[in-house]
Amino acid sequence: MSILNTRDILETIQMITDENLDVRTVTMGISLLDCIDPDPKRACEKIYNKITTKAARLVPVVEQISADYGIPIVNKRISVTPIAMLLGAAPEADPVDYAKALDKAAKAVGVNFIGGFGALVHKGFSAGDERLIDAIPRALAETDVVCSSVNIGSTKSGLNMDAIARMGQVVRQTAELTADRQCIGAAKLVVFCNAPEDNPFMAGALHGPGEPDCVVHVGVSGPGAVRAALAKLPKDAPLDQVAELIKRTAFKITRMGQLVGNLAAQQLGVPFGIVDLSLAPTPAVGDSVANILEEMGLESCGCCGTTAALALLNDAVKKGGVMASNHVGGLSGAFIPVSEDDGMIKAAERGSLCLEKLEAMTAVCSVGIDMVVLPGDTPAAVISGLIADEAAIGMVNSKTTAVRVIPAIGRKAGEILDFGGLLGYGPIMPISGWSPEVFVARGGRIPAPMQALKN
Amino acid sequence: MKAVITVVGKDTVGVVARVGGVCGSLNINIEDITQSIMQEMFCMIMLVDLSRCTAPHEQVRAALEQLGKEMGMQVTITRLEVFEAMHHI
Repeated sequence: MSILNTRDILETIQMITDENLDVRTVTMGISLLDCIDPDPKRACEKIYNKITTKAARLVPVVEQISADYGIPIVNKRISVTPIAMLLGAAPEADPVDYAKALDKAAKAVGVNFIGGFGALVHKGFSAGDERLIDAIPRALAETDVVCSSVNIGSTKSGLNMDAIARMGQVVRQTAELTADRQCIGAAKLVVFCNAPEDNPFMAGALHGPGEPDCVVHVGVSGPGAVRAALAKLPKDAPLDQVAELIKRTAFKITRMGQLVGNLAAQQLGVPFGIVDLSLAPTPAVGDSVANILEEMGLESCGCCGTTAALALLNDAVKKGGVMASNHVGGLSGAFIPVSEDDGMIKAAERGSLCLEKLEAMTAVCSVGIDMVVLPGDTPAAVISGLIADEAAIGMVNSKTTAVRVIPAIGRKAGEILDFGGLLGYGPIMPISGWSPEVFVARGGRIPAPMQALKN
Repeated sequence: MKAVITVVGKDTVGVVARVGGVCGSLNINIEDITQSIMQEMFCMIMLVDLSRCTAPHEQVRAALEQLGKEMGMQVTITRLEVFEAMHHI
C-alpha cells in the first residue's frame, strides 16, 4: 500500500461512485470494404457475417473487464465503413436492406448502437452516395440501433452546398417518419464537417477508409468528476488554477480509458486505436458540462462568458488527456449536447441558453449544434442554413463541427421531446424564422478557405 | 492479481472482521490494511491478493456489495492497476 496514497485511492472511488466517472464507450471499428458485392443480398450476408464474427466477443469481454477491474463501462458499440462505399457496386440495391443487416448484426452481438450508415460527400457525390442519403429517413425509421452520419464539408475541400441543401430535407423527413416516436430518427443522424475517421461516439461514429480492418477505440467521460474537483477550489482562485485542476483531472480520467482500451484490444486480439478525450455528459444530475461552466462562476450556462469558459475547459481537457494516452483521436473535446446534459436542459428551459450562443460555443469546443430540438414547422432550408453555418465554423477553424437537430413535428417552441435513456429530453428551442432559401438553393460548392493551403 | 477493497461510511463494530470473513471464505489473502477518518467518514482500505481466490470476480463483487448493504457502508473492490494508471506517471 505504501506505493499508493490513501487520498488517491479514495478520490478514485469517489469519482466512480459519486461523480459518474465511467468509460463511456468501447467502440469496435470494422471495415466492410471486403463485403462489397454487386448482389445486394450477398453483400448484406457478408456484412452480417463479418460483424457477428469480428464483434462476437466484444460485449462479454468488455463486461468482464468492467467486472474484473471495477470500472463502469457504459456502452459497447460498433462503427463500420460508410455504407455508401458499398452501394456504389450495387446499383439496384435498396440501401435500407443494408441498414437492416447492420441492425440485425448489432442486435445479435448485443451492442446498443452501430454507426456508419453514411456517406462522405464533402467534395461531391460518387456512385451510391445520393441513394444512401435519400434512404436515410426510411433506414432510421425502420431500424432501432443504426446511426447515420454524412460528411458535407472539410477544410481541405470546402462545403458541398448541394449536399447541405439535401441534408436539410433529409433531417426533416427523418423526423417526420418517426413523428410517432418523439422524432427519434433525427437523433440518430449527424451532419459533419471534417468528420474524424476514428470517432467512437454516437451518432457520428464511422470507420474511415484509412482505418485498419478491425480496431478498438475508447471514449472516456467524466464531467461530474471535473465539476466535483472544481467545487473544492475557492471561488476566487484564478483561472490558471482552474485550468491546472481540469488538466490534472482529465489526465486521470483518460488514463483509465487508456487502461480499458489496452485491455480490450489485448483480450479481443485486435489493435488498439485511439482514446477520444471528450467530456461526454449524460442527463444524470451532476454529469453535466454546463455545470462545470457554472462551477467556474457563470450564473447560468449561456450567459456572457460562456464561450470563454468553454474554451478554457476544452483546452485543459486536451492538455491533460494527451499526456495520458499514446494515441488520441476521434472528436476529443467537451461535448455540448442539449438534451443529453442536465445543466444544458435547465439553461435552455430558463432561457439563458439560445441557439445563437450554442453556435458561438461550437467555435471553441468539440462537435457542434448537438441534440437541439427545433420547432416542428422549421423549414428544410432553415435547417440547411444552420448546417452551412456550423460547417463554415468547422471549415475555417480546421476543426470538426456537426449538426444533430430534431425538428419536433407537430410541436412548437416551449414544448419538450423526451427520447429517454442517454439521449435525454429537450425543450424546443426557438430558431430564426428568416429564410436562407435562395442562398441554400444556389447549390454548388463554397471553395476551401486559405487555411487549406498549408503545403 | 491485486485489488483494493475500500469501505467508507459511519464506523461500526466489527467492520474489519466482517470484511476479513468474506475474504477468508473466498480464499482472498489480505496483504495490508489502513484505516483513517476523512471528512468525518470512516475509511478502510485493504490491499488484497486475488490470485488464489476461489470465486469469479462478479461473485466477489456481489458478496462485498451485499456486506456493504448489511453494514450500511459503501464497499468497493477495484483492481490495483486502475489506481496505478490514474495516479502514477
